[in-house]
Amino acid sequence: MALLELNCDTEALGARRMTPDIAVILGIDGIATGSIYVLVGLGLVLIFSVTRVVFVPFGDIVAFSALTLAAMQLNRMPGTVYLIATLAVLACLVDAGHHVRRGQYDRIARGLLGYGVLPLIPAAIAWLTAGVSLPAAVQIPLAIALVVPIGPLLERIALRPLADASVLLLLIVSVALTFGLSGLGLLFFGAEGFRTKPLTSEIYRFGTVIVTSQTLLMVASAAVFSLLLFLFFERTFLGKALRATSINRTGARIIGIRPANTATLAFFLASLLAAISGILISPVTTLYYDSGFLIGLKAFVGAIIGGMMSYPGTAIGALAVGLLESFASFWNSSLKEVIVFGALIPVLLWRSLSLTQVDEEDEEVQG
Amino acid sequence: MNRWIVYLLAIIVIVFLATAPVWAAEFTITLLNYIGIYALVVLGLVLLTGVGGLTSFGQAAFVGIGAYATAWLTTAYGASPWLGLLFALAVTGAVAALLGAVTLRLGGHYLPLGTIAWGLSIYFLFGNIDALGGHNGLTDVPPITIGPISLERTAAIYYLIWIMLALAMLVVANLLESREGRAIRSLRGGAVMVESLGINVFRVRLITFVIAALLAAISGWLYAHMSRVVSPSPFDVHMGIEYLFMAILGGSGQILGAVVGSALLTMLTNALQDILPNFSSNGEQLQAIVFAVLYVLALQFARGGVMPLVLRFLPRRAKQPIAASSEPLPRRQMPTSGTPLLVVDRLIKRFGGLEAVSQVGFQVAAGEIVGLIGPNGAGKSTIFNLITGAMPSDGGTVSFLGQDITRSNQRRIARAGIARTFQHVKLRSSMSLLDNVLLGAYLRTRAGFLGGALRLDRAEEARARREALRQLERVGLGANPYDLAGNLPLGRQRILEVARALAADPALIILDEPAAGLSRPDKQALGELLRALRSEGVTVLLVEHDVEFVMGLVDRIVVMDFGSKLVEGTPATVRADPRVQEAYLGSVA
Repeated sequence: MALLELNCDTEALGARRMTPDIAVILGIDGIATGSIYVLVGLGLVLIFSVTRVVFVPFGDIVAFSALTLAAMQLNRMPGTVYLIATLAVLACLVDAGHHVRRGQYDRIARGLLGYGVLPLIPAAIAWLTAGVSLPAAVQIPLAIALVVPIGPLLERIALRPLADASVLLLLIVSVALTFGLSGLGLLFFGAEGFRTKPLTSEIYRFGTVIVTSQTLLMVASAAVFSLLLFLFFERTFLGKALRATSINRTGARIIGIRPANTATLAFFLASLLAAISGILISPVTTLYYDSGFLIGLKAFVGAIIGGMMSYPGTAIGALAVGLLESFASFWNSSLKEVIVFGALIPVLLWRSLSLTQVDEEDEEVQG
Repeated sequence: MNRWIVYLLAIIVIVFLATAPVWAAEFTITLLNYIGIYALVVLGLVLLTGVGGLTSFGQAAFVGIGAYATAWLTTAYGASPWLGLLFALAVTGAVAALLGAVTLRLGGHYLPLGTIAWGLSIYFLFGNIDALGGHNGLTDVPPITIGPISLERTAAIYYLIWIMLALAMLVVANLLESREGRAIRSLRGGAVMVESLGINVFRVRLITFVIAALLAAISGWLYAHMSRVVSPSPFDVHMGIEYLFMAILGGSGQILGAVVGSALLTMLTNALQDILPNFSSNGEQLQAIVFAVLYVLALQFARGGVMPLVLRFLPRRAKQPIAASSEPLPRRQMPTSGTPLLVVDRLIKRFGGLEAVSQVGFQVAAGEIVGLIGPNGAGKSTIFNLITGAMPSDGGTVSFLGQDITRSNQRRIARAGIARTFQHVKLRSSMSLLDNVLLGAYLRTRAGFLGGALRLDRAEEARARREALRQLERVGLGANPYDLAGNLPLGRQRILEVARALAADPALIILDEPAAGLSRPDKQALGELLRALRSEGVTVLLVEHDVEFVMGLVDRIVVMDFGSKLVEGTPATVRADPRVQEAYLGSVA
């Protein structure tokens, strides 16, 4: 997906045979792509471990963030404004409905503030400044702020009403959400693909190897945000609350951690990771409204390699996926998706063979 | 509703379907063809997801494999479409078996995620294989012929599609009422109980998965020869998601739900395609949004789908009477009374730093009733789990009838002749009492998937049902064998577990707190039952908290405390032992 253009260059040179130089180029390319998958994969594991939701629409947030920035750079109003407005209205309706059914009328105002007003603030700014060319230093944070509410809003609309359902049911819902989100994406962003202006354009030479500053930025961002996430979980109270919820929901509830709040927080953080990934990936790849599905699934392959629960495992798995994709596209670019997803089969086989005991009542499914 | 009205309605529906090509427009028949083709796939999902609790987003890929297999064979080699059907079934079955073997051991979300991944990769693969025509696909696929009749016309293949669908529904319905069908129905809700009955959960899952894929392959075969063109796009993962939606919409676990779900979604799609272009030029995308909204709403508010609403108006199925005349199932030769049956030696189990069972050893002789007692947390249930193979031990040995079973899995131990009940009741609450007990007789019967699907198992099934009813009567639950197990009070559910264990005709029956939650008369009846079992040569090992109940019943008692054996002996010696009094009541000193 990402950095495909770099591979095409090597193909254009007619260098179809693997040489050490090409291997290094492909390796760097793979690590750069992989570091995006690391960010996305960490977000997926974060959501899964806290809420047990396999959040398939996650990749869509990545694509929407890229498309938002691209629209801003073209001095257009990003479609995200309408998307957020739609989701905010839905979330307010669901939230108000929930409180009305329980007769908790005093809580409605808070819900409207959290799900209606708060996400619409960046949207309002984007709406007011549409057509004005802002400096990149304003555009990028604004694009991120616009996109971040998508995760928590979707959680409130579709997933929280089912918070106690089985993993399987939550997964089916999240697949259905992907369906709808890509429909909304086409409606609000159009079918056209976009690529943003490069964030940096330095080129470094190490002997025969060329490394762009964009690549370094991608890798460095992945490293920094992984570290921040680690510190958040290890050093802050909120992080510990999230970990507690992921280990035992009932237990966490008993000691006063509200699963609904930790879920919102998890979706918020993960959404942030997705938005940042979108900004990082958009200068090197042309993204369309539906590109997110594949990005998300590849990050999933990484997360599955890591066992869906381990952050370091996911990071390693995601890098492996990036490298595999990079080399696969050199061997046969039309079959690279087949190779990447096909790689899941041996991984699952290995997981299933190394499995000692099936968790009991693991698949307790209700209707 | 009156039964005759239902029959009348059924006849009207059948006449409607049978005569449709005569009076309906060509377009209606095409729509019905698609409904039938989709319903075949959804039927597989009903079995897999609705009944078996496994989820696949990749059924569209199996449809694609079936369609491509037959299209390739019939266009490249000019083979008969009927040969194409066999080829489609073989290829799809093989792929499904391979994919299933890899993913079905893994819990919950791995299977559906895996299905999305292979759904995507098979779609990309179709588009990139030159022999399969790349993204343009294969054209000029021949129509199906039956003798001299060509099923080229829409109305002609219509009959084939719906006859195939009716047959498939019949076969699946038969299967669900058979021995292996009950095993499929028991898959939902944890594997430990199912394995303890000697059922190989992995095997049942795998075969169910392959059956669902084969139904998808038949659908793909019909599709290829109906549309005469095969290209990758109808088999992408979006279609796989829609198939699952149809299954959920129709009603999980209901065979008729397959037709209802695919009809609803097909007609809805059709209606949306008419309406949406009036609102937006992106009709297809709006359709995706509408679908997603309906999908989420259905899952939030109507997880059971449409079928439960329909079923409310249908009369309950007639309960098959159980023939008392059929021959009883053969019984095992009980070991000679007094010979050592179960020997537990220095058994150890650690949970992290805690040694829940440390160096426990005791013997049970054939024909005895032995009670295992001790305060909460003494490790009694853990010992049961170690003996029956539900948990691996960390040291020591267990042998049964002179055979070392320490490292055996639950199924082998069940086959050796040990049946058990659970401390936390493990029943299938949506299955009848009779079906729950029939699960216990799984190892005493032989009928396979094919035999069940073709109803070749009826003689054996009648014998098994009679045996199950006998066991239900024995524990005092014989009055309403078709009630749902979930409707019993908890105490009676424990007794139902006893009946299920007895249906296995065990040499040793291990009961974990069978009397908990029972009234005094019920306890007395249970005591009588256990004594009667002893006189038949069945050995009983039980954990029980009601000391009075235990003392009056058992031949010997093993007392445990903090994971170790404290005392062993007759009820009288145990009762007199000061260490036991201390463990239960605390030291007096």
